[in-house]
Amino acid sequence: MQNNARVEYDYSVAKAFTFTAILFGIVGMMVGVTLAFQLAFPHLSNLAGEYGTFSRLRPIHTNTVIFGFTLSGIFAGWYYMAQRILKVSLKESPFLIFIGKLHFLLYFITIFLGIFTLLAGYTTSKEYAELEWPLDILIVIWWVLWGISIFGLIGIRRERTLYVSIWYFIATFIGVSMLYLFNNMEVPTALVSGYGSWMHSVSMYSGTNDALVQWWYGHNAVAFVFTVPIIALIYYFLPKESGQNVYSYKLSILAFWGLMFVYLWAGGHHLIYSTVPDWLQTMGSVMSIVLILPSWGSAINMLLTMKGEWQQLQTNTLIKFMVLASTFYMLSTIEGPIMAIKSVNAIAHFTDWVPGHVHDGTLGWVTFMIMAALYHMAPRMYGREIYSKSLMDTQFWLQSTGIVLYFTSMWIAGITQGMMWRAYDEYGSLLYSFIDTVTVLKPYYTIRAVGGLLYLIGFFMFAYNMYKTATAGRVLDKEPINATPVAA
Amino acid sequence: MFHWFEQRPFFFAVLVFIFVAFAGIVEVIPDFAKQSRPTVGTKPYTVLELAGRNVYIKDSCNACHSQLIRPFKSETDRYGMYSLSGEYVYDRPFLWGSKRTGPDLHRVGNYRTTDWHENHMMDPASVVPGSIMPSYAHQFKNIADIDTAYGEAVTVKKVFNTPYDVDLNGDGKIDVPLGTYEEAKAETLKEAKAIAADMKNQAVKDAVANGQIPEIVALIAYLNSLK
Repeated sequence: MQNNARVEYDYSVAKAFTFTAILFGIVGMMVGVTLAFQLAFPHLSNLAGEYGTFSRLRPIHTNTVIFGFTLSGIFAGWYYMAQRILKVSLKESPFLIFIGKLHFLLYFITIFLGIFTLLAGYTTSKEYAELEWPLDILIVIWWVLWGISIFGLIGIRRERTLYVSIWYFIATFIGVSMLYLFNNMEVPTALVSGYGSWMHSVSMYSGTNDALVQWWYGHNAVAFVFTVPIIALIYYFLPKESGQNVYSYKLSILAFWGLMFVYLWAGGHHLIYSTVPDWLQTMGSVMSIVLILPSWGSAINMLLTMKGEWQQLQTNTLIKFMVLASTFYMLSTIEGPIMAIKSVNAIAHFTDWVPGHVHDGTLGWVTFMIMAALYHMAPRMYGREIYSKSLMDTQFWLQSTGIVLYFTSMWIAGITQGMMWRAYDEYGSLLYSFIDTVTVLKPYYTIRAVGGLLYLIGFFMFAYNMYKTATAGRVLDKEPINATPVAA
Repeated sequence: MFHWFEQRPFFFAVLVFIFVAFAGIVEVIPDFAKQSRPTVGTKPYTVLELAGRNVYIKDSCNACHSQLIRPFKSETDRYGMYSLSGEYVYDRPFLWGSKRTGPDLHRVGNYRTTDWHENHMMDPASVVPGSIMPSYAHQFKNIADIDTAYGEAVTVKKVFNTPYDVDLNGDGKIDVPLGTYEEAKAETLKEAKAIAADMKNQAVKDAVANGQIPEIVALIAYLNSLK
């Protein structure tokens, strides 16, 4: 604590990433809600010519939310908490401040260009790796800058032992580096042939191999963007906010190394019943089930951190956000393995259950945790109380309702669709034509769109509350030790 | 043991890398060593088909349509023979998709015609009542990027030995000609004219007659090649 009192932290980079988390969160979620309404009301898809179709907007939604919103939240969390955990200030190193600012600048430019190139139709079509090669190179540059920041700060640390959150940040850096480089190997065609658009490229891999690398990446982008760094956040912010120690150090070790070892095997479950070798499909299926252990390990470790302090759920809205996040983490990490069982996958694959599964994870776990982290950081970064507690509470319940509407409607839609595709009549002919399986989903698409809209409204409340906190919150005379101070 | 690593960030990072990379080494590498071979009859895409494939990618058709028929009776009844690995060897990137908001297209060339695609892209509900697919009318106006498709064909021929200008089955004929830029342009226009002849849209017909190929023509060439 004495060390802490002396160190004065620099929040310039953390504040910048907080801003982009809110900005890209709004953009990405607004596009998402638009997409949801387009599926329920198809005419909305033709309001802006080629630039408004569902298909053109969909990669913008995924890229802006994954790489715009989520990564911003992760980077904001890093630049805030790394200084505290490592007991060192960015102020002590002008070099690392420069690296941090350059990291932010290049990152911002990339996401910005990403949105426009996708809108213009420049895409490699590989999911979550759609950006074309010049942007890929930019991404590699700022990712390396982030690496310099990580290992630079660790290098000048005053705390000898690395706290759990740092483990997860290191893992994020290494995991994404490896996956991203391998999956985005592509050959720019104009450079080789001298003809055509310089933005165009072809994948280094073809057909089944390309699919294998893509889903090895695609699934593990979920691992190393949606899971590992978010666990880093909760391992710091939940104990900090609740004033409780992490429940078990041993469980932390077990869950971390277990997750590192098992997660990468699970990518194969995206390719069940495809043309990749059978042993790979089985491996993907089995390992997905094993993955429950390390996932629930960290989630249980978090929930048990609250042991004896459950009354905080009533008094502290941020604890509510984080406990709900852990709970949704448990839900989606049991749902995923169930979907990876071959017989279940035969029904679930290609259906709306898939976006349903993704969204209970991203809305419930990832976004809730990032919002909680930013709420926790704001009073300490700006020296002001959170502007409104009642707004925060309303947001919590509105968004929770939104998530429930989202995943329940998509579960029903997905299973309905999967069952209808395989239904036969008594003469052995297919019972439904494809369009029957589309029109029957309409009510569920509407419910999903409404759920998404509620969530988006909640996010606007979050943005407003954060803005007011930074500009008009009641000034704090000293930094709070744990529970984040909130105005009435 | 892990305690030791927690105080040594460099070795910690190395250990994480080993843990993380392990699965990739076991799962991904073996399939690469055993290069997939083309199924008999699988040919590289012509320049026009490649241009159409790029339109398919540009408009993210793969966001809603899969190109992977699973080995279930319900799927082979609905779409045709299940997909084989060797059919995809010239697909860079693969286009399996992950969500079927619309039906699978891997063998759509077997049961849909140029005329059907033309109507479908202009107004999907006109051929499939109740369809929630938007209209892709802009494909009738936008001109397909043949130069980039030619550049792509040359690139895959040079870098990955994709068999253009090669007699694949030994019958003395070149299966998929590529040739020089001028030859490829002329061949592409010839193929485009054959497709436009089956279409009704006058603006498209006029464009092709004037030597320009609208995106819809290239896209239909690609969809017709999916068999």
